[in-house]
Amino acid sequence: MTTIKRPTSPHLQIYKWGPHMALSILHRASGVALGGGTLLLAWWLIALAAGPDEYAQFQTCMSSIFGKIILLGFTLALMLHLSNGIRHLFWDMGRGLDVITTARTNILVFLGTVVLTALAWVIGYGLI
Amino acid sequence: MSLQTPISKVRGLGSAKSGTHHWWMQKIAAVALVPLTIWFVASIVQMTQADYFTVKAWLSSPVSAILMLMFLVVGLYHLRLGLQAIVEDYIHSEGPKVFLQFTILFGCTIIAVASIFSVLKIAL
Repeated sequence: MTTIKRPTSPHLQIYKWGPHMALSILHRASGVALGGGTLLLAWWLIALAAGPDEYAQFQTCMSSIFGKIILLGFTLALMLHLSNGIRHLFWDMGRGLDVITTARTNILVFLGTVVLTALAWVIGYGLI
Repeated sequence: MSLQTPISKVRGLGSAKSGTHHWWMQKIAAVALVPLTIWFVASIVQMTQADYFTVKAWLSSPVSAILMLMFLVVGLYHLRLGLQAIVEDYIHSEGPKVFLQFTILFGCTIIAVASIFSVLKIAL
């Protein structure tokens, strides 16, 4: 069989890296991270069902620096996936797909992630 | 002569076998997860400092228990569909692909059953 060298469509590395590409892969990455987060949620619920001692153990783990870092990562991943997910639902309706709107919503998604995470932590840990 | 229409002869015979069903289910779950996630975060931020009995009392109320169960079922279904798509996109050798798809389905099911059982044990 002879192989004809056909023109191929350009792949990822040909394009200039930008926030839209970062958000695209971060949406997947945060989705996978939230998969890990469900383990934490399951642990919390199982500890609560098991009794006061098991729950205290969970609380001790989560109040450590290591636990707090994991919880912060969980919150960031959840807020990013939520904000960008809402944008994806608008895209699915054919809205906001042009370059200018996408550039604007990039900023909205990043802002939404940071603001919502900060809000959750400020309320959750009584920082105000 | 066949009485089948041309479309019914080829339906389901494409390389994807099932059309847009997977994508559509992922979207339906996503729509449901928007309010459920907002409820989940708004509730959980009030539980960070609470002791065992406060958290247990909160999850024992029917509204909290029902919403938590819905969050778990829809969330883990959405997770399974998402992880499945990632494996389909990036893993091309047959062995690891099948292994990962089994792991994802079994993993999500185990997490779902364990979490649902815990919520029911607390609430009932």
